[in-house]
Amino acid sequence: MKTQEEDWTLVIKPSSGLFDLQLKEVWRYRDLLQMFVRRDFVAVYKQTILGPIWFFLQPLFTTITFTIVFGNIAGISTDGVPPLLFYMAGIVGWNYFAECLNATSTTFIQNANIFGKVYFPRLIMPLSIVVSNLLKFGVQFILFLVLLGYYILSGAYIQPNLTILLVPFLIILMALLGLGFGMLISAMTTKYRDLKFLITFGVQLAMYASPVIYPLSTLPEKYKVYILANPMSSVIETFRYAFLGEGTFSWMYLGYSTLFAMLVFTLGVLIFNKVEKSFMDTV
Amino acid sequence: MNTVIKVENLSKQYRLGELGTGTLSHDLNRWWHKIRGKEDPYLKVGDLNDRTTKGSSEYVWALRDINFEVKQGEVLGIIGKNGAGKSTLLKLLSRVTAPTTGAIKAKGRIASLLEVGTGFHEELTGRENIFLNGAILGMTKAEIRSKLDEIISFSGTERYIDTPVKRYSSGMRVRLAFAVAAHLDPEILIVDEVLAVGDAEFQKKAIGKMQEVSKGGGKTVLFVSHNMEAVQNLCTRGIVLSNGGLQLDSTIEECFKAYLGNTKQGGELSKSYTLDNAPGNFNAKLLSAKVINEHDPGSFFTTGTGFSFEFDIYNQIGGIQQLDITYHLFDERGILIYVGSTAVSHEPQKYGSGFLNIKTSFPPNILNEGIYTIGRLLLVKNRGHIMTEWKDVLSFEILPLSNGYIGASGGKEGVLKIYNLPWDISYTN
Repeated sequence: MKTQEEDWTLVIKPSSGLFDLQLKEVWRYRDLLQMFVRRDFVAVYKQTILGPIWFFLQPLFTTITFTIVFGNIAGISTDGVPPLLFYMAGIVGWNYFAECLNATSTTFIQNANIFGKVYFPRLIMPLSIVVSNLLKFGVQFILFLVLLGYYILSGAYIQPNLTILLVPFLIILMALLGLGFGMLISAMTTKYRDLKFLITFGVQLAMYASPVIYPLSTLPEKYKVYILANPMSSVIETFRYAFLGEGTFSWMYLGYSTLFAMLVFTLGVLIFNKVEKSFMDTV
Repeated sequence: MNTVIKVENLSKQYRLGELGTGTLSHDLNRWWHKIRGKEDPYLKVGDLNDRTTKGSSEYVWALRDINFEVKQGEVLGIIGKNGAGKSTLLKLLSRVTAPTTGAIKAKGRIASLLEVGTGFHEELTGRENIFLNGAILGMTKAEIRSKLDEIISFSGTERYIDTPVKRYSSGMRVRLAFAVAAHLDPEILIVDEVLAVGDAEFQKKAIGKMQEVSKGGGKTVLFVSHNMEAVQNLCTRGIVLSNGGLQLDSTIEECFKAYLGNTKQGGELSKSYTLDNAPGNFNAKLLSAKVINEHDPGSFFTTGTGFSFEFDIYNQIGGIQQLDITYHLFDERGILIYVGSTAVSHEPQKYGSGFLNIKTSFPPNILNEGIYTIGRLLLVKNRGHIMTEWKDVLSFEILPLSNGYIGASGGKEGVLKIYNLPWDISYTN
């Protein structure tokens, strides 16, 4: 007599399969994702006078600093592109990746308080981080476009080209990389906190191992391989090439980054999912 | 009725102590067993979870082999003293953490209120937090919007609804949070200790809402609280947890009895000595002292039981003397609340040296719950000269009785539990 007694809608078991991602549930909680994004956006700049203007100021000042330090003082070449544009293109892209990574990597530890009391698909958290950073990226991207427009109108030699069509894809790559690495680290730091110390300065160091402050073309051949091993390198280069017409664009490099991003992301999701079930006991 | 929750052989193991390098070696060992297809070596070890005794293992079973079922519409009270596994059980049910072995099967949406106000953001307004909190608890935006007015009016915080939550008092926070949770509309609701805060009026509202939810809507509620009054009012059935195991699964009255029965009576209820080691001085020695439940000797003390003190004293003062016995009763804060003495209640009596057996009783329904101590016992000569003084003679714990009056806050209301004193109120206009 197998009647409705067996008709359970929810079964809580010790651990489920590696690939049991419960994406259906993530979808059911999509409103929560929206609320988290809203919270991040609204709450951060409450009780500030400048409010969302801070979104602009941060990349702007970094760009100016880079222009002065690397462009003027150190005299690093920018491939003939106006230095302001050159650095901002790199910074805007890199920032998105870095902030996704940094914020995602503390998901479990930062939210232990909420996670310890109520259940919702934990994946919502990193996803909301990526989305709210995407909005931030959007704002900074507009700033970049305004600057770009200004230079074009004032007659600088800049050639945006059809590669621009790849930009949405580049954004996805950055998100996947940030999310993937972030989730991996987040899952691994629940029990052992060692990685936490690595991550903040690691991300900073990784920036110097990517063509954010120098064009790939000026590098000696023998170093190029190492820099290109950083999956963000070709993403930044392609981004710059699309808008500024200078830089290295290669399907092969981009293909490598794509593969890398998908691998890291898949691994990140699987391990994150594995850890989320009982991380409360060890966090 | 349908079974909506079925718990099968549920166990949860925790590791005690700090996580350090030892953890890594255990992890590696566990992994090594796993890849060879062997059983987790640490699942076999583990002590029962009794926090008062020092165990031999680093692993404890917070829950061990729990089995029970809950039918639709039942309000199940989960009772047990601190550390019995109540919260662990609720955590497993609400999927905050996964069980070590066993399974929970459920029908319908489970929502939990393990401490309300989860995910409240200080900077956001009350209204914004309703949406955020609702979404965390699993509501969709449309659902929240349709119930928004109801939630706000239930919480009684209309005035502050567009003020950041950081300006709220703790009571307002709880009201708002409970209001959101109460409008969740899940098939199964898990409630833990929410009623501890909030004023009497709000508690009444909250309990009413939970009753309405379970009776009217056929919803199932699992309820954990130390407020026995609330548990008894709300629950139809109960389970008693003790040291991680299921002790009883029965009606709430039976559970309550069992719970009180296995509560360790705090205090030092009796003492006895031989003449050689008896405390005292050259005037007198205390041979024994005890406090006894007058209704049911050997049973625990509640606010409703009367009790008696009994002392055996060996008096070695020479000659026939006029003697009195006095005891000082202190509450747990060390405040002297009562002095009992033969000097106040008796005509002077004279005794020669030898054994004195003294009994005195204390009526029921005077002392409230708490721990009480006979801090001083005195042998007094000629109504003024202390011949011998004993300190910290006895202590005993009085437990609350569920069917007694519990104050508005649900907690202890003063030391004295006397309600039948005469009042005379006149009114002029």
